[in-house]
Amino acid sequence: MMRFLLPLVVFLIVATFMFVGLGLNPREVPSPLVGKAAPAFTLPQLHEPSKQFSPQDMKGKVWLFNVWASWCTACENEHPVFLELSRQNLVPIYGMDYKDKREDGEAWLRKHGNPYAMVVSDAEGRVGIDYGVYGVPETYVIDKQGVIQHKQIGAVTPKILNEKIIPLVKELQAK
Amino acid sequence: MRYLLISLVCLLPAFTYAGEATDMAADPVLEKRMIGLAENLRCLVCQNESLASSHADLAEDLRREVREQMQKGLSDQEIIDYLVSRYGDFVLYDPPVKKSTLVLWYGPFVLLLLGIGMLVYQLRKRKSQIAETALSDADAQRAAELLNETPALPNQPKDPQA
Repeated sequence: MMRFLLPLVVFLIVATFMFVGLGLNPREVPSPLVGKAAPAFTLPQLHEPSKQFSPQDMKGKVWLFNVWASWCTACENEHPVFLELSRQNLVPIYGMDYKDKREDGEAWLRKHGNPYAMVVSDAEGRVGIDYGVYGVPETYVIDKQGVIQHKQIGAVTPKILNEKIIPLVKELQAK
Repeated sequence: MRYLLISLVCLLPAFTYAGEATDMAADPVLEKRMIGLAENLRCLVCQNESLASSHADLAEDLRREVREQMQKGLSDQEIIDYLVSRYGDFVLYDPPVKKSTLVLWYGPFVLLLLGIGMLVYQLRKRKSQIAETALSDADAQRAAELLNETPALPNQPKDPQA
């Protein structure tokens, strides 16, 4: 009996590990920034480069920080989700145009619509490094104290928005 | 002599062109140190490539960042800490021993011990199963005959030494 049972148990354990591993997304690297203060920066605004924006301006508000670029195809997929969210007026969405030319970013927003309360331009990608950006789009949920509460890697889908981001935003706003 | 001068002058544009890659040429020692450090760091875009060998845009930016921090006089460890605080342990090819990496570090040794334990257990079990039996006289004689017999193989001299 043992002769058959033992290999079966070993096989089941290995199979479980492999099955779980199959479902994991290797691109989702857990961010060490969740639970930490959003890194400070000062960047020029996309539409008015003479004006600047800094995350400190957002203290006391829950906000979304979405990193996108005109060269990023996945951003086009998630864009309607943000357009819809901005219509709901639930939470301000701030955008960062990452490693992009100003004209290209502006043209992209003209073409696809602008859900952002404001967009900053990180042409050199330095602030991106501070935020641990390694693929665009990425979206951060930042609370009233300026702490990153969630990092979404890759496009935000309606499912992720409704099941994760909106409940989290409401919870943070109630605090 | 004149030809040498002319050919040198001809080479001038080449020198000015080389000047564009300032990062590389500026400080070969620093560049070497940067590459040495980047070889132990993982590129996040193409995850099986090191930061040193990757051509991804982000890898280039990160190499620039590392270079600049080195110029500022930060130690290798400080730069690694800087990157880990942003991208997590994932950037390290050599993950630190932590609660979440205990299985990774010690799992193989546990498996090895388990294997040795099972081997010892099986061997002991087998040993106890084999009963010692005495050889009968007839069998002992037959065994001695077999041992004395030299196999007569063809194509082989009986005594190569002779």
